[in-house]
Amino acid sequence: MGTLELKHTLSGHRGRVWNVCWHSKGTCLASSGEDKTIIIWGPQEPKWVIKTILTEGHTRTIREVAWSPCGNYIASASFDATTAVWDKKSGQFECNATLEGHENEVKSVSWSSSGQLLATCSRDKSVWIWEVNDDEYECAAVINAHTQDVKKVRWHPTEEIVASASYDNTVKLFKEDAADSDWSCVATLSSHTSTVWSLAWDKSGNRIATCSDDQTVKIWQEYKPGNEPGIATTNNEPVWKCVCTISGYHTRTIYDIDWCKTTGLLVTACGDDIIRIFKEDNDSDPHQPSFTMVCSMDNAHTQDVNCVQWNPILPGQLASASDDGLVKIWFYNE
Amino acid sequence: MADTLENINPKLYRKIDDRQVTAHDEDEDVADEFDTREIFDLIRNINDPEHPLTLEELNVVEQNLIEIDNEANKIHVKFTPTIPHCSMATLIGLSIRVQLLRALPSRFKVNVEITPGTHMSEAAVNKQLADKERVAAALENNHLLEVINQCVGIKC
Repeated sequence: MGTLELKHTLSGHRGRVWNVCWHSKGTCLASSGEDKTIIIWGPQEPKWVIKTILTEGHTRTIREVAWSPCGNYIASASFDATTAVWDKKSGQFECNATLEGHENEVKSVSWSSSGQLLATCSRDKSVWIWEVNDDEYECAAVINAHTQDVKKVRWHPTEEIVASASYDNTVKLFKEDAADSDWSCVATLSSHTSTVWSLAWDKSGNRIATCSDDQTVKIWQEYKPGNEPGIATTNNEPVWKCVCTISGYHTRTIYDIDWCKTTGLLVTACGDDIIRIFKEDNDSDPHQPSFTMVCSMDNAHTQDVNCVQWNPILPGQLASASDDGLVKIWFYNE
Repeated sequence: MADTLENINPKLYRKIDDRQVTAHDEDEDVADEFDTREIFDLIRNINDPEHPLTLEELNVVEQNLIEIDNEANKIHVKFTPTIPHCSMATLIGLSIRVQLLRALPSRFKVNVEITPGTHMSEAAVNKQLADKERVAAALENNHLLEVINQCVGIKC
């Protein structure tokens, strides 16, 4: 078993912290919560301190924040039905664009790898794709494929494919049809028996991990046309199959999952206050992979863990956010 | 709220007597764990959204439908809508959740569910009540919060 070592406890938010997001260079961290603020944290040896607090961008809970791949922008999704984009062209972070259109709470926001597209999703059941052009944001698509509240959107690590997770128990993948530049659903991942709260792509973009209110994690594998095991595909579109279900570990809703692009480790945030880490077995069959829990940090927080995210650059470093109002920085030792 | 009552003539139930305070309860040196009666006392006087009656008087909540595990910090409350198509079921469940959220230490994990087999949309209502994100969003809605506060506000 590995160990999770608590490095820093960051207090500054009032009330529940919903989300943390690492800067693309892994050098600082943004967090958001019910106090309607975004806090940017950074190291100041030997501690981590508040660098900036962003206020007055939103009138209700900020559910999620996301750094752009270039690290110069922050997008924030709020229950006030808007998404704000912050930049520091003036020297400090300012909200210079507000994306409106969703009918109610925006639950998640994600930047594509190129930074040219943004996706947002909402309780209004829709996923919106926004094109970024010289600081102008134009809605390129409104996708009404889910039948319920959409909880999470995440772009493919390299391609312009976006995945969304929903209260309707499914995950859907969307991409643009080159012929008519319409965004449409290219795959529906059905197997969870309750709300899918979050999802994470692996480094290659051929696999997705999902976590759910049904207390399981599922691993999905993409099979392209003409794939080796002979999995049937239709219309020349890849199919996604659930190849592994990790069950029996989590005792309450799993709110978040992240798949480390450098180490391949999976981490989960659970309503039982525990952070768990899973590692793929060395002799794992890619078409029937197996994962072993290598760490279970009891009482990682004193209340529900809402979010976990691996540092994109520094292997083993992890940030978490909780209902207990705290953000924590951990280090995983194998 | 609806202009016409859904359940015009609900059956009434007798309230239980006040809890007898024992010498043991008053002894400050004894650690008193939460028990089902204490949880029941927190929710029995919540008002029904439709009738000038409490959830106890309508038998929506009962002490024997409350489970508590102090060690695991778990509380499970089942409530019984007065009629199987009660449109107020989510609001009643939300009022119970809010009351317990406010009154209990944050270490408790509270589940509020409909008594199995007593409501037509049982699964949908339970899923909604268990989704803390949707509960949080609902509680930021001032109109809804006002209605809930009226329900949990104990009548004089």
